[in-house]
Amino acid sequence: MKVARVSGTVVSTINHPLFDGHQLLICDYLDDSGDATGDYAIAVDLVGAGAGEDVLVLDEGTSARQTLDVDTGPIRAVVVAIIDYWERD
Amino acid sequence: MKLGKVIGTVIATIKADGLEGVPMLIVQPLDRAQKPTGRPVVAADAVRMAGPGELVYFVASREAAEALDPRFVPVDHAIVGIVDAAEDLA
Repeated sequence: MKVARVSGTVVSTINHPLFDGHQLLICDYLDDSGDATGDYAIAVDLVGAGAGEDVLVLDEGTSARQTLDVDTGPIRAVVVAIIDYWERD
Repeated sequence: MKLGKVIGTVIATIKADGLEGVPMLIVQPLDRAQKPTGRPVVAADAVRMAGPGELVYFVASREAAEALDPRFVPVDHAIVGIVDAAEDLA
């Protein structure tokens, strides 16, 4: 997983059926000091993350599909946790 | 998944098996500020409704092959949704 910050949402009515009923969050990946690196992912929200929250983004298909309990489908990036606190030694 | 803008189309009659009837669109990947970044790619349009100039989101690698029905056709990028709005929060 990677640490990211929820910075936006994607509203979409025409999409692959797997995404129906799921919130799509734009997550900015963060560097060690918590600043946005510029890289981002559009991730399916599984935990109800809100704007500005730091989250864990999983970006791997097989495990992402498991979280939705499907064995096929174009899903890769999912928000799997809302971070309370993180620090880099 | 990343944001992209449809900037063209590709017509091919001689294609690998499984690609019959799959629309191929040229997509310019966009960065977080929706500015072009990197080289355009040709993506299969899994929602079959993306038009020129539209803002879309697309997947790459194996997930692209998973986006189509029947799955596992030879594509490495696939449009999986058309963006109505990409809003910044906070």
